[in-house]
Amino acid sequence: MGGHLNINHLMFLGQGALWTIGLSAIALIGGGIVGFVIALARISPLKSVRIASALYVQLIQGTPLLVILFLGYFGLAAIGLQVSPLAAAGASLTLYVAAYLGEIWRGCIQSVPKPQWEAAEGLALSRTQRMMKVILPQAIRIATPPTVGFMVQIIKNTSLASVVGFVELMRSGQIVNNSLFEPFAIYAIIAVTYFAMCYPLSLFSQRLERRMGRGRSNLAPA
Amino acid sequence: MSLQLDFPAVLERWPSFLAGAALTLELAAFATVLGALFGTLAAVGRGTHNALIAGACKVYVETIRNTPLLVQIFLVYFGLASLGLKFSAFTVAVAALTINVGAYTAEIMRAGFEAIPRGQIEAAEGLALSRLQIYWHIILLPAIEKVYPALTSQFVLLMLASSVCSQISAEELTAVANYIQSDTYRAFETYIIVAVLYVILSLVMRAGFWGLGLVLFPRRRRLGTPL
Repeated sequence: MGGHLNINHLMFLGQGALWTIGLSAIALIGGGIVGFVIALARISPLKSVRIASALYVQLIQGTPLLVILFLGYFGLAAIGLQVSPLAAAGASLTLYVAAYLGEIWRGCIQSVPKPQWEAAEGLALSRTQRMMKVILPQAIRIATPPTVGFMVQIIKNTSLASVVGFVELMRSGQIVNNSLFEPFAIYAIIAVTYFAMCYPLSLFSQRLERRMGRGRSNLAPA
Repeated sequence: MSLQLDFPAVLERWPSFLAGAALTLELAAFATVLGALFGTLAAVGRGTHNALIAGACKVYVETIRNTPLLVQIFLVYFGLASLGLKFSAFTVAVAALTINVGAYTAEIMRAGFEAIPRGQIEAAEGLALSRLQIYWHIILLPAIEKVYPALTSQFVLLMLASSVCSQISAEELTAVANYIQSDTYRAFETYIIVAVLYVILSLVMRAGFWGLGLVLFPRRRRLGTPL
């Protein structure tokens, strides 16, 4: 205890902030890949695939991320895999993000107007061609604003990785606090740092949404 | 690679699990009611013509929505302590969750207010309803009815997010799990049971809100709108 906040502490916090960004990127990429599969599985022609993916989404969305993180951390250890906190946090966040992104993207795919699906079928495109060439290019445009908005949730949620001992921004704040014991000042700095990471994304998402609204109102009704 | 699960060793602690689940529901109930009131006030404040109030409400909503709940809880916890105020972990948890869910509620309610057609308010004015009557019958209640599904899923998310309160030693479900796993060394089993309990709690909450919706908004049911 004792001492004042100095440049070394700030460097340490900065390093934590970089790990927050890194973990967010892992969660976004991993969760994006798995989530894309989930989105397609949710609208699969096979009933069993639809049910299984819906069950996955329901289970993950009904469980707190904190519990999923503990399950990832202790669960992997229980089957004899000694994993680093980074691997446990990355895997847990991937599973978590996949469920939410999968649901968001399913909605976006299904909100592509029905005539587009029918027209693609009428042109004798195969199921894959219809998805790749007609539906997905339009769905991606619809999906961009909510996905950017969800990135804010991902960044905020990586703070929970601190409880399994991964040293990201929150954990590095706790470590600094343990030596200085100025909790209010330090957590205020942490909060400002998170805000600086999240707010630009929030604004960007809102702007995309407004632009989309304009773009869509220009379309003639189908 | 040998996985041996021993659920009975953990399940014999069921009274603790139940107590934790009850406290989680209690936390969620307090924060939902207080947060709904607080958030609605913030949404009203954001729509006023007073730039100072509207600005303050905007700063509140954006600050909370762009920082993690865990940080907010610690700030409330240590902030109150540094003011020399001593509260139980439960009170601090309710306060932090209320502040948190209030911001999300405010955004949802704002969308509800914006969806009220101006013509209806003008019609109410034409019928000589008082300002208070207009606010209650024409703006607030129909707005809540419109955003009810979004509100309820936010409150279920709040219940799940209350797990973070285990970090300030509020004795809710996740804190109970942390305690039991450190006592029994059966971490995997403990968290599986807790995950199942959370899924059940969220299903119960959703069913409860659905039933409440049927009672509160019979018009919705008649219109056949799925909740």
